[in-house]
Amino acid sequence: MGVKLLLEKANVPGIRTYDVYRREGGYATAEKALKEMSIEAIVEEVKKSGLRGRGGAGFPAGMKWSFIAKPEGVPRHLVCNADESEPGTFKDRYLMEFLPHLLIEGLLISSYALGSNDTYIYIRGEYAWVADILEEAIVEATKNGWLGKNILGNGFDCMVHVHRGAGAYICGEETALIESLEGKRGNPRIKPPFPAIQGLWMRPTVVNNVETLAAVVPIIKMGGEEYAKIGVGRSTGTKLISACGNINKPGVYEIDMTISVEDFIYSDEYCGGIAGGKKLKACIPGGSSVPILPANLLLKTAKGETRYMNYESLSDGGFATGSMMGSGGFIVLDEDQCIVKNTLTLARFYRHESCGQCSPCREGTGWMEKILQKIELGKGESSDIDLLWDIQRKIEGNTICPLGDAAAWPVAAAIRHFRDEFEWHINNRELSQTSNFGLQHYADPIHVPA
Amino acid sequence: MSLQFNNEQMSEFKRLVARYPEGKQKSALLPVLHLAQDSFGGWLPTEAMDYVASLLEIEPIEVYEVATFYSMYNLKPVGKFVFEVCQTGPCMVSGSDNIIAYIQKQLDIKPGETTKDGMFTLKLVECLGACGYAPMMQVGKIYREHLTKEKVDAIIAEYRMQVVAQN
Ligand SMILES: Cc1cc2nc3c(=O)[nH]c(=O)nc-3n(C[C@H](O)[C@H](O)[C@H](O)COP(=O)(O)O)c2cc1C
Ligand code: SF4
Ligand code: FES
Repeated sequence: MGVKLLLEKANVPGIRTYDVYRREGGYATAEKALKEMSIEAIVEEVKKSGLRGRGGAGFPAGMKWSFIAKPEGVPRHLVCNADESEPGTFKDRYLMEFLPHLLIEGLLISSYALGSNDTYIYIRGEYAWVADILEEAIVEATKNGWLGKNILGNGFDCMVHVHRGAGAYICGEETALIESLEGKRGNPRIKPPFPAIQGLWMRPTVVNNVETLAAVVPIIKMGGEEYAKIGVGRSTGTKLISACGNINKPGVYEIDMTISVEDFIYSDEYCGGIAGGKKLKACIPGGSSVPILPANLLLKTAKGETRYMNYESLSDGGFATGSMMGSGGFIVLDEDQCIVKNTLTLARFYRHESCGQCSPCREGTGWMEKILQKIELGKGESSDIDLLWDIQRKIEGNTICPLGDAAAWPVAAAIRHFRDEFEWHINNRELSQTSNFGLQHYADPIHVPA
Repeated sequence: MSLQFNNEQMSEFKRLVARYPEGKQKSALLPVLHLAQDSFGGWLPTEAMDYVASLLEIEPIEVYEVATFYSMYNLKPVGKFVFEVCQTGPCMVSGSDNIIAYIQKQLDIKPGETTKDGMFTLKLVECLGACGYAPMMQVGKIYREHLTKEKVDAIIAEYRMQVVAQN
């Protein structure tokens, strides 16, 4: 069993309620922070921990916190990003659903460190019942003096508010989220100014992911240095991975980032192997935006070294032969899955979610979907692959927000690693409607079929 | 104006608006539109949007542009129960296509349509954050996960029973 810092208590009956959470040692860390630590000391521990943002970009949390502007007389805000809409990702939901008080304790410590008296949780609208769980937990925490005025007699006031979104992936992007929280369409803002200077209501704002803010609790509890000892290199602490697709045990797992990809997929403690005794074909290891990898490059790097479940190892080889940790949404595809069709569903997703502000993203995502649809329906032409490549290249790097890149990368990686599967579809128009390219030569190099 | 929040809905409205600073009441727009949709039959006629604008003291256009941006707001009437089935990659590789086809057959409607009796609407949606419990759909506030054909039949029967019991 690996180290568990976040989900250690997830299976304790009733842990969702204040009483059980408190009995299990909950809020003791918040008490320590508010009673014994200075604001600077808290920020320093978070810096020392090496904690990287768990929302996808992996930006060091302590550094982000130290950027927040502190102009006299202007309120500051912490916003918790619970929009969780990247396909393959459902870890924040799990944390909020089963351990709402862990998040609130993390929010309290973080709000104190940042000087946020009104902290918002922006939760995707579809998680309606999770919003109810959070609201209930906030009521309990307030009743017990952990939220409200003059908390623990320390003079600090803090209220946490739940704000439900209404169905828009783009609102996970921090400036779109801020716009949405202001009651507008989720159109990302041009940066600078960065939220740390002018964010919510033009006030200094820090936006952090649910898991990032929950991780503040173990960091303050054990100290940044101890936290940093877990993991490897710049991948410190533990990471939640939501595993899905064709595996025996889909679900949310907390890993310490020294486990190999192979162990994560095949060990019974985690994914439990490929469902139905089938063979592994490919995997999107960090949410739908990150490059898909064929089994051979997933389990071993291009240099033939074991690949591990951490930031550095997953991106080893760059986009040519590697991928990314991203949001921790781990999507496994077995031998029967069609890469063209899978890429099509993702292209449709990004077309649907583009806010439409930039023409390369708005037009490009539509074109990519149309061309992929054509190939999938057995009407593709050989020039289509190059056309797809050209379109994705013209989107990447040419847009206001990273959604454009996020839409381009899955298409680019699918063509890069599975070009012959696209060609097969185009050359076998009829056959491709009734059968499937299958595994061909993308075999798992370790679990060689008998 | 005939559409109005009742007392209970009005106090919920006030609770929502109180979360934001003085003068920033427009921030409550998304939550208030959810409340309006839930209060006025599952969708947002223009009249409801105008009402929300007047309550928040903003221009109607500020409400329309938001209501049209977010996928959870229905701008047309929907059935009593809306089946929102996820069709994105992870659900697709876990068999959502078969479930979607089965629901279409059982309800005899296509995506975007409502059954003649006004009971069910079928909507195809993108990833709902339940990829590990696929195939899945959202019905109202809840997620129905690990769908199979048998489960779909049971769910349809369950909602039909609910309506019979209410009448
Ligand atoms: C299109 C898009 C969608 C995003 N969705 C999310 C999301 O659902 N949750 C999240 O925490 N971060 C999301 N992000 C990243 C946020 O912009 C931001 O970097 C993050 O919330 C910062 O928190 P962290 O540093 O704790 O990770 C998204 C970014 C983009 C470009
Ligand atoms: S890249 Fe796409 S989603 Fe992002 S601002 Fe431009 S159009 Fe909107
Ligand atoms: S892909 Fe269907 S819930 Fe995520």
